[in-house]
Amino acid sequence: MNAPMLPRKLRIATTSLSGCFGCHMSFLDIDERLIELAGLVEFDRSPITDIKHCSQRCDVALIEGGVCNAENVHVLRELRANAKTLVALGACAVNGGLPAQRNHLDVGRCLSQVYRTPDGTAAAIPNDPELPLLLDKVYPINEIVRVDYFLPGCPPSGDTIWKFLTDLLTGRTPRIEHPLLKFD
Amino acid sequence: MSVSPELSSLVVPILQRHARRPDRLVQILREVQEILGCITDETAGHLAECLGMSYAQVLSTRDFYAFFYRENRGRYRILFSDNITDRMLGNRALFEHMQKRLRVEPGKVSADGLVSIDFTSCTGMCDQGPAILVNNRTITRLTPQRVDAICDLIQRGVPLAQWPEEFFIVEDNIRRADLLLGTPCEPGKAIRAAVARGRDGMLGEMKLSNLRGRGGAGFTTAVKWEACRNAPGEPRYIVCNADEGEPGTFKDRVLLQSYAGRVFEGMVIAAYTVGASHGFLYLRGEYLYLLQPLETYLAGMRAAGLLGRNIAGVAGFDFDIEIHLGAGAYVCGEETALIESLEGKAGKPRVRPPFPVVAGYMGKPTVVNNVETLCKVTEVAMHGGAWYEAIGTKQSTGTKILSVSGDCERPGLYEYAFGVRIAQVLEDCGASEAIAVQVSGASGVCLSEREFGRRIAFEDVPTAGSFMIFGRQRDMFEVARNFAHFFAHESCGFCTPCRVGTTLLKNIMDKIAAGRGTQYEMNELLRLQQVLKPGSHCGLGQTAGNAVADTVQKFRPAYERRLAETDFVPAFDLDAALARARALSGREDTDAHLGEEA
Amino acid sequence: MSEANNANTFSIDGQRIAFEPGQTILQAALAAGVYIPHLCHHPDLKPHGSCKLCTVVVNGRNGSACTQKAMPGLEVENNSPALNDRRRVLLQMLFVEGNHFCPGCEKSGNCQLQALAYDLEMLTPHFRHAFPVRQVDTSHPDVWLDRNRCVMCELCVRASRDLDGKNVFMLAGRGADSKIVVNSPSGLLGDSELAPDDRAAQVCPVGAILPKRVGYAVPIGQRQFDAQPISRQVDYLAGRHLADAETEVR
Repeated sequence: MNAPMLPRKLRIATTSLSGCFGCHMSFLDIDERLIELAGLVEFDRSPITDIKHCSQRCDVALIEGGVCNAENVHVLRELRANAKTLVALGACAVNGGLPAQRNHLDVGRCLSQVYRTPDGTAAAIPNDPELPLLLDKVYPINEIVRVDYFLPGCPPSGDTIWKFLTDLLTGRTPRIEHPLLKFD
Repeated sequence: MSVSPELSSLVVPILQRHARRPDRLVQILREVQEILGCITDETAGHLAECLGMSYAQVLSTRDFYAFFYRENRGRYRILFSDNITDRMLGNRALFEHMQKRLRVEPGKVSADGLVSIDFTSCTGMCDQGPAILVNNRTITRLTPQRVDAICDLIQRGVPLAQWPEEFFIVEDNIRRADLLLGTPCEPGKAIRAAVARGRDGMLGEMKLSNLRGRGGAGFTTAVKWEACRNAPGEPRYIVCNADEGEPGTFKDRVLLQSYAGRVFEGMVIAAYTVGASHGFLYLRGEYLYLLQPLETYLAGMRAAGLLGRNIAGVAGFDFDIEIHLGAGAYVCGEETALIESLEGKAGKPRVRPPFPVVAGYMGKPTVVNNVETLCKVTEVAMHGGAWYEAIGTKQSTGTKILSVSGDCERPGLYEYAFGVRIAQVLEDCGASEAIAVQVSGASGVCLSEREFGRRIAFEDVPTAGSFMIFGRQRDMFEVARNFAHFFAHESCGFCTPCRVGTTLLKNIMDKIAAGRGTQYEMNELLRLQQVLKPGSHCGLGQTAGNAVADTVQKFRPAYERRLAETDFVPAFDLDAALARARALSGREDTDAHLGEEA
Repeated sequence: MSEANNANTFSIDGQRIAFEPGQTILQAALAAGVYIPHLCHHPDLKPHGSCKLCTVVVNGRNGSACTQKAMPGLEVENNSPALNDRRRVLLQMLFVEGNHFCPGCEKSGNCQLQALAYDLEMLTPHFRHAFPVRQVDTSHPDVWLDRNRCVMCELCVRASRDLDGKNVFMLAGRGADSKIVVNSPSGLLGDSELAPDDRAAQVCPVGAILPKRVGYAVPIGQRQFDAQPISRQVDYLAGRHLADAETEVR
């Protein structure tokens, strides 16, 4: 009897841009299915592995968070360049989410209000090059790069993420519907 | 709401003239603004009180029309017509020139409150552009010299009434006259002819003539009249749709300027046939300069017994005509939106059915006919339906007036029997270098050279009359982009596909223009068109994507050459999006910038 | 089938629907338990026809099911991939036009816009967000108005005018600049005649007009559209369970 053809493990990268890591936490909520997943995929750049940059071209990149600053843009571009399939994971990546609630405010006024001199009389906006500069607005990731799939939810539940991944890993077009499809 | 006694006394005569009727709100707002320069919230509140209507209703109407202002727009309010034909004649450069000379930002009022400069949709002067409106008065044939002269007059504070008369000359430019434009008509003759035929006889002749509406849709006029005549309800109304807003159209303006008798007699005949007692001419606000001459003409008709009581000696045939002005809303050309506007409301198209012939103005049976259609009615009355039916083609009887503009030697009006080929029109007007013709305006169809053998007729290329010609030097992408901006500006906002879709379409065209488009945007344009066309509430939204779809199909290289070769580019400049934070933090290091993606 | 039967029936996707003369296609469909997506329709108010989600194909022509009268023999196409694709685009337009932040909205789970998006499997608003700056009005003691979430359906306008007899709301402006205005000298809700038990205060299908001091009284997960997708709640949409549903929401 022939040994079954073992498919190559898919390489997955994950990141959180302007997000709260809630979607990553929800990802971990797939609980014991993580073991099954580990048999099917290998993690590249991700907070889970602490790999800082994509080591090779990945099959799937899961992006949590919207794009609020220059660093987010760089990270998103790296993942887009290194992933065959790029997925917007969660509300912030899909539509800006909570951080985008600042979009009706002028970013300059935000900064001037938040950063003050110790006596509170004047603005003291930090100029450290280590700090990523804020964009005028928080953008959903599909306004910066092309996105292949969207998985809304704040966060999407573990079950939703699992359904999505198993569809994707088994070559089906991912389909998320009631009751797994949630925007909140 | 308490207001100053001055305000109160200024508006009283206007309110009295309109019998304090809330359904006269559009007219009242226009006249109040003529005195006060704008309709502030305070004024709106006062008017609401006087008219016994809600404050929010007044705001709803005020904020709908482009020519009503909530705050002062300066003593001189200048609006540059921004149709593609004005652009081709260099209006943008003249705009910038004037703006620099008067030191005023586009859309803003100058610091001294003297002047504001902005753009507006096509003002119907395409054959003698670039055109502007100064306090709603038309000035044509703008040149740098004329702009300088205007700037001088403004800076010296010379009242508009004392500006040189030649600025305000609007020419007819009739280049080819046929039945209508070439035949003088003795006043009253058509009315008397109709009366001689009797009501049934006139309707019979109308049926025989197979006259179809000249506003674009081509509905058979006799069917409309008969439906109105048979509909229960009194009184009945005749409305002449002179809201000629379709970019590139100006034939109604000439008809009203030089053939007003034909128009009004057509209305009287319609009233006679359907049994109407009251008529409205809904004149677009851009044609304010026509108001006085038209009023004078109506007075003359009354004196001659052609309006008023017992018209043409027919006992009990009472009918009169009132002129209402629009205030800058293209959508009011749609007949139910026009009726809403006549009733003092925002011009949003109604749900149909019921159609106006059954429930129109004030819910009563109403015929809405185009200016040119009503002129044609006088021909049917005088010569009979059979005579009329023999002209033109089988499904498109009679003659049609084309408003020709753009790249040709002789722009102006051309009247032909239906069935004329595009190529013939191009030859007659001296357009030897044409690569495209936009027929029937922004909402119409864009024809390329290979289609110049097609014919103007309802069975081939239907048209409301606009005929804009584009020569070899023109960029058809920019033509479509101009139209996309037009529709986004004119969408009434009632239905989702048009309210949002026209803006999305405009934004995508702008993105492509900025060199940020890819194949992705090309797909998006068509995706939007697939929702706009079948899904919109009225003709505006249904046709808003036509010019884009046509030019994508027929002039694709004009789009392709602008596309980036990557698979996606953001719609905005990321580095510019950092500018505010960069400036405030005082940073200029490498990480303070974002380049385009490598 | 007898002639009498045929006289007052038409078909939706091949299914025979009986109707009362005067009913619209949508009213007849809902009465027969057949779902047609819609947002600006309410059983107690006159047809409006602005959201265009209920657009169906009637004898080969597009039309709004909520305004078109049911007629004998009409053949209506409703639940087709092409029409649902178009509806999904309309929803995407509504989502990018305003600021719809479901995780922070008390209406989540009871919101018809959201429920429609779930049912039509809208995974992304797709288009570029307008992120408009819109006014929030918290001046009223019992009701607040968040224009960020408004979808311009004019249900509040119509309910106030036709059911409450008050004319508290109007849609003003034009095109993309359309917005709800309040009829009071200050333009604020607090100075208007709106009462918390007015129909206008309760009819909003999204979270633009909400009662104050209500938060999570019904937990997320137990709300109107949580158990069943909106397409299976025809009784609710037809107003047959309206009284119960409203008690539940409060």
